Amino acid sequence: MIALALHSARKTPADIIAENFSLLALALVSFAAVIFLVFLLASRASVKAQEWLKYLVFLVPASLLLLVGLIYPAIRTLILSFMDKKSENFVGFDNYIWAFTIPEITVVLTNTAIWVVTVPTLSTLIGLGIAYMTDRMKRPAVIKSLIFMPMAISFVGAGVIWKFVYNYQPNDNKPDIGLFSAIFKALGLTPPNWLLEVPLNTFLLILVMIWIQTGFAMVVLSAALKNIPDEVTEAAMLDGATPWRRFYLVSVPMIRATIVVVLTTITIGTLKVFDIVRTMTGGNFQTNVIANEMYSQSFRQMNYGQGSALAIILFVAIIPIIVYNIRQLRLERTER
Amino acid sequence: MSTLRRRVVALGATAVAASLVLAGCASSEPAAEETASETTDSTTSDTCAAYEAYLGNEGTEVEMYTTIIDPEASLFIESLAEFEECTGITINWNGTQEFEAQIPVRVEGGTAPDMAIFPQPGLLAKFAGNGLVPANDATSASVDENYTADWKVYGTVDGTFYGTPLGANVKSFVWYSPKTFADNGWAIPTTWEELLALSDTIAAAGDVQPWCVGFGSGDATGWVGTDWMEDLMLRFQDAATYDQWVSGELPFNDPKVAEVLAEAGKILKNPAYVGDVASIATTTFQEGGAGLVDGSCAMHRQASFIGGILAADYGATIVSPEDTTTEGGITTFYFPGVSADNKPALGGGEFVGIFADRPEVHAVHHYLTTPDWNNKKAALGGWFSANLGLDTANVADPVNKVAVEILQNASTFRFDGSDVMPAEVGAGSFWKEMTAWVAEDKSDAAVLEAIYSTWPY
Repeated sequence: MIALALHSARKTPADIIAENFSLLALALVSFAAVIFLVFLLASRASVKAQEWLKYLVFLVPASLLLLVGLIYPAIRTLILSFMDKKSENFVGFDNYIWAFTIPEITVVLTNTAIWVVTVPTLSTLIGLGIAYMTDRMKRPAVIKSLIFMPMAISFVGAGVIWKFVYNYQPNDNKPDIGLFSAIFKALGLTPPNWLLEVPLNTFLLILVMIWIQTGFAMVVLSAALKNIPDEVTEAAMLDGATPWRRFYLVSVPMIRATIVVVLTTITIGTLKVFDIVRTMTGGNFQTNVIANEMYSQSFRQMNYGQGSALAIILFVAIIPIIVYNIRQLRLERTER
Repeated sequence: MSTLRRRVVALGATAVAASLVLAGCASSEPAAEETASETTDSTTSDTCAAYEAYLGNEGTEVEMYTTIIDPEASLFIESLAEFEECTGITINWNGTQEFEAQIPVRVEGGTAPDMAIFPQPGLLAKFAGNGLVPANDATSASVDENYTADWKVYGTVDGTFYGTPLGANVKSFVWYSPKTFADNGWAIPTTWEELLALSDTIAAAGDVQPWCVGFGSGDATGWVGTDWMEDLMLRFQDAATYDQWVSGELPFNDPKVAEVLAEAGKILKNPAYVGDVASIATTTFQEGGAGLVDGSCAMHRQASFIGGILAADYGATIVSPEDTTTEGGITTFYFPGVSADNKPALGGGEFVGIFADRPEVHAVHHYLTTPDWNNKKAALGGWFSANLGLDTANVADPVNKVAVEILQNASTFRFDGSDVMPAEVGAGSFWKEMTAWVAEDKSDAAVLEAIYSTWPY
């Protein structure tokens, strides 16, 4: 039998690797070739045409990708949200009516609201505090690196890590691997089943997101604080301002625009939160949020109409925040 | 133009030319490899005589898209090696854990695989009239001959037969440790009443928890609860009622369903039997069975496949019920019905559907339904099917042997209900509500009402 298998036309792993590597090489060469072709055209073109080519080269690929990857799916989602679950017939606003009448939706909207209020404010506050404290330090790099590191971990990875931290062992005779439970037991307290207790569980999930986002807030705000001219701080010191007053009357107003950008960016990320909830509770135990319900409806229960309606609701909820964010970014640019 | 610039440009032009040539190469067919049709000396004509019906497709390739990945995948590939060798058909195994999400994308995008192994009939039914090619007459006849009628029904959508049965699993099992039972003098219960009496006895003894249960399974948390419900539905109601329940004729909030959920609650919601009821929801189904191995609990109701997981991850040994000496040895007894002579079986299985109407695809489709292949695959271990031609001598594992006997002789066999129900319920509210039932101590009536309200009547 084994002798037979050797002669079959099956590809060995080495063949597959070789094939994939040659494809990779081909892709790289093609990419280089396209770039060179552009340069070749650019070098042959007249000055007037060059100006025009510049726009073409920078705008066409980006807008094509946007069209394929964003605009088209968004329009299709909008259309699907007015159709039934198999995307065959139009059903008017039924999916939207459904979205706001299921009993589940109150839990989903309440939780999403809790997330949106807590995560951006706490991440930004903690990030700002650390940024301000390390601003005048000799060697802030170590502390900053430690706080920034969770940024590099995916939400699913973070969910898995924290699931271990919150692990609960119902059987007293078995070793407990959960850090929180272990701390409680060491203090002589009875640990709760962390991910089951409502509303504690939602806040425990929120903690994971804050742990990830604080680093981002800290790095951006740190850069903004470094941009405050020394003359301003010195003038405040000469006027006899206490450190605390210096912080909230000088530093914070100077970086107000950046704070808003950080807040709104984290808010957008928080509205979309899905991976943490799906990994840690699967949306059970009243921890469900809108993006997780959207995924569950579309890809678990194969109900494209209702999933799309939830997607559109989320989309509409984010628009004002994005508009505000862009306006603040512009403000910040004009101030500089 | 400076010379440097000219050189750069020339270099660029060369690169363009080269890439075009390479691209031309890549898109053309790869050089023909030595195909299996060139029969080698080691292949005797006797071995290949069995495959004569499939000849005439030398040098063709068939893609098999599936959720089955290594290590199981290599056993499948091994079981098909002789077929490939003799027929010259190459089967390219393409396993991915993202199958459920990717198959609609591939079919919709016009790049459907040649054939696919569907983990549940409900998913296969979605592609009937939307890409699936009906099984040909030969394959259909082979299924008639080699499987009980129930199995053909599961692969049939609106009167057209698409999906052939592949592997199977049996869910109506209670896992236990024969050593623990023998040491304590506990007898195997044969009725539901005896099972509850035994649970009381174990609970009264006090050093071992009677039951271990875990509902946790990522975003599919709760399916273990639906299995309990389905198994008991088959026992406390007749098979016809079970069918009505699965198809939606019997409403989910019917008193008959409520009666069954109350029976399930006698075990699942009894702290004396299962310990902390709420933590069932946060215990993964793999951990749920681990208590059998370390002796912290006595019984665990779970499908045949849990044995492999407990053996691989928790150091269990799967033994026969007579082996009362092996430490950490586990085996199963039949999950009892209301009376000892009422023996329905709940199970599940995979189905193979085809998306390409080519002779070599039909050939593979047919071959997978033959006793010949089923015996070959079972002999490699850790696998069984409902094929009537499967010889239990080829099934080494004692639990799987019992499972095959149940499949071939069950008075009533029924498919996992949540796999057949509409996805809103089967992969949605039924899971979620069974989880809430234990986690939040939601009442029976509220659970059934919530599931009823999501059913797309």
